[in-house]
Amino acid sequence: MSQKIIEMRNIKKSYFVGKPNELEILHGIDLDIYTNDFVAIVGESGSGKSTLMNIIGALDTPTEGSYILDGVDVLHASNKQLANIRNKKVGFVFQNFNLISRTSALKNVELPMLYAKVSSAKRHDRAKELLTLVGMEGRMKHMPNELSGGQKQRVAIARAISNNPAILLADEPTGALDSENSRVVMDIFHDLHDNYGMTIVLITHSQQLAKEAQKVITISDGKIVNIESR
Amino acid sequence: MAIIDNIKLALSSLTANKMRTLLTMLGIIIGIGSVIGIVTVGDSLSGSLTDELTSFGANTITVSLSEKSSSDGGENMFLFGPSQPKEEDLISDTMIDELKVAFGDQIENIGLSESLTSSSANNGENSANIMITGVNQGIQEIDGIKLISGRFIKDNDLNDTKNICVISDLAAESLFGTAFNIIGNTFDVTINGIKQTFYVVGVYEYDNDIVASLSDDISTTMYIPLSTAKLYGNSYDGYQSLSVLGNASDINQLADDIQKFMASYYTHNNSYTIETSSLQSVIDTMTSMMSTVTIAIGAIAAISLLVGGIGVMNIMLVSITERTREIGVRKALGATENTIKMQFIIESMVICLIGGILGIIVGLLIGWAGANLLGYSARPSISTCVISVLFSMSIGIFFGFYPASKAAKLDPIEALRYE
Repeated sequence: MSQKIIEMRNIKKSYFVGKPNELEILHGIDLDIYTNDFVAIVGESGSGKSTLMNIIGALDTPTEGSYILDGVDVLHASNKQLANIRNKKVGFVFQNFNLISRTSALKNVELPMLYAKVSSAKRHDRAKELLTLVGMEGRMKHMPNELSGGQKQRVAIARAISNNPAILLADEPTGALDSENSRVVMDIFHDLHDNYGMTIVLITHSQQLAKEAQKVITISDGKIVNIESR
Repeated sequence: MAIIDNIKLALSSLTANKMRTLLTMLGIIIGIGSVIGIVTVGDSLSGSLTDELTSFGANTITVSLSEKSSSDGGENMFLFGPSQPKEEDLISDTMIDELKVAFGDQIENIGLSESLTSSSANNGENSANIMITGVNQGIQEIDGIKLISGRFIKDNDLNDTKNICVISDLAAESLFGTAFNIIGNTFDVTINGIKQTFYVVGVYEYDNDIVASLSDDISTTMYIPLSTAKLYGNSYDGYQSLSVLGNASDINQLADDIQKFMASYYTHNNSYTIETSSLQSVIDTMTSMMSTVTIAIGAIAAISLLVGGIGVMNIMLVSITERTREIGVRKALGATENTIKMQFIIESMVICLIGGILGIIVGLLIGWAGANLLGYSARPSISTCVISVLFSMSIGIFFGFYPASKAAKLDPIEALRYE
């Protein structure tokens, strides 16, 4: 029996609240994601999927509704608690990798663990283990500017899962990669999902990539318009 | 996140832009350097002067007669000029004896002296310029007179009026061609128009200082018994001033006590009273004056430190803008506001600390060079260095705080989107 990781009810998000130019982006989203799900969220640009992703990842809080992430009420969390949620419950993978420059691949992977106050030795061992998992064992000491796009994204994935998050949140992870490297990244996601029980939420505008997921949620104009399970 | 990780992080981001870091540090280096340099020169100067004065005898208290100031005293002085004290106004031998009894061990020695006249000493063709001063035995210790041969004037010599003297080695060489084996020799001195013959009982080493050695005709002191001086000078029996060599931890306090004791003899004297002064009080005044000057100049130098601090703040703000995206990523990865704030405060502290340490080195070099240029030995002040390190760290915190808070408050979504 799989457990509920994300439970969203009637999530609304508005900007400029209380001002004449108040703008509602999300108009009431209900979303449930369970352990070991592989969900793709698709939508055109401007559909509100980025806003939804920010809310799922606790980078932003909804204006209205309720959101429980792995048993934690995100809506009423303080800034410090939100940072803690991002640190331990969510692993981010970005389209443009967002590795910290002038910091080796190894140190990049260690960073979330550093914020989680993991001891230096443990950090080091775990980072090595994760880089090996994504096939980057030979380039651990390399700086981000010495790595190719595909390699950067693999380091970023290793970094995202370093604190063993409840969900891996990937925002257009292959958007900046060629097809060969896209394949490698997607294979890593499948490996993490199939063999390590990782819950993955993939945000993309590509229908082709979305087809690889178990469940495809389509967003349009701030609402979920279609849920397709396979 | 541990401090050590933060320091490593700060060092790596500072070395990433070495030129900029160095230029930022330069403000702190110049600020701390000039403060340390000025303080070092100031300390060296006052330290050397204090030593010089102390060698004269910081424990010596001068007890002297002084005119009582009446309500119209100032005007009086102006109209009639200073009056001469009469015999009954002078400090008597009885007073001195009672002073010795009253203060016991606190008074180590009492020196009495009376300058008679400047004259010329002659031995046949040879002559030497001399200043004749009548003294008692105590003067030797109080004035720190070093004998080369023979003896100094003794208190026994004061019982009658012998024509004996102690002359300097310079005078001895002028008069006899040598400073040695001249004890018992005689020479002539004209005092008040009458030629007197003096026997040499001792020769002292003339402490030749730079200024005096420039002149060929140095006038050196010729010491004769006080009784003899009084006889030839036709002066009153008594003294206008005396020197007391004190033996107390607080010389200024002893000087005050002696002043009170001696002034009690003058309660009913309308014109005169006693004042005391010690070299210690002169040294204290001078030291406090020097440190005031040092602080004043140091404060001006500290303004450059302020400018340096503003430079640090400026560069931190630039750095934070450049690294907005990095801050966004760090926040997405779970950095709290405090973590981000710490990271940037430590970065600015590291700039200031390294700048401060380099500044101390520069300042000590400046201070060393400055002190040597003025001819004093450099005395670096450890406490100033320690304060400077702490101060530069607090500059780092103070000027790093605002940029760091700004970084910490960045919205992660905005920061991630920043190009």
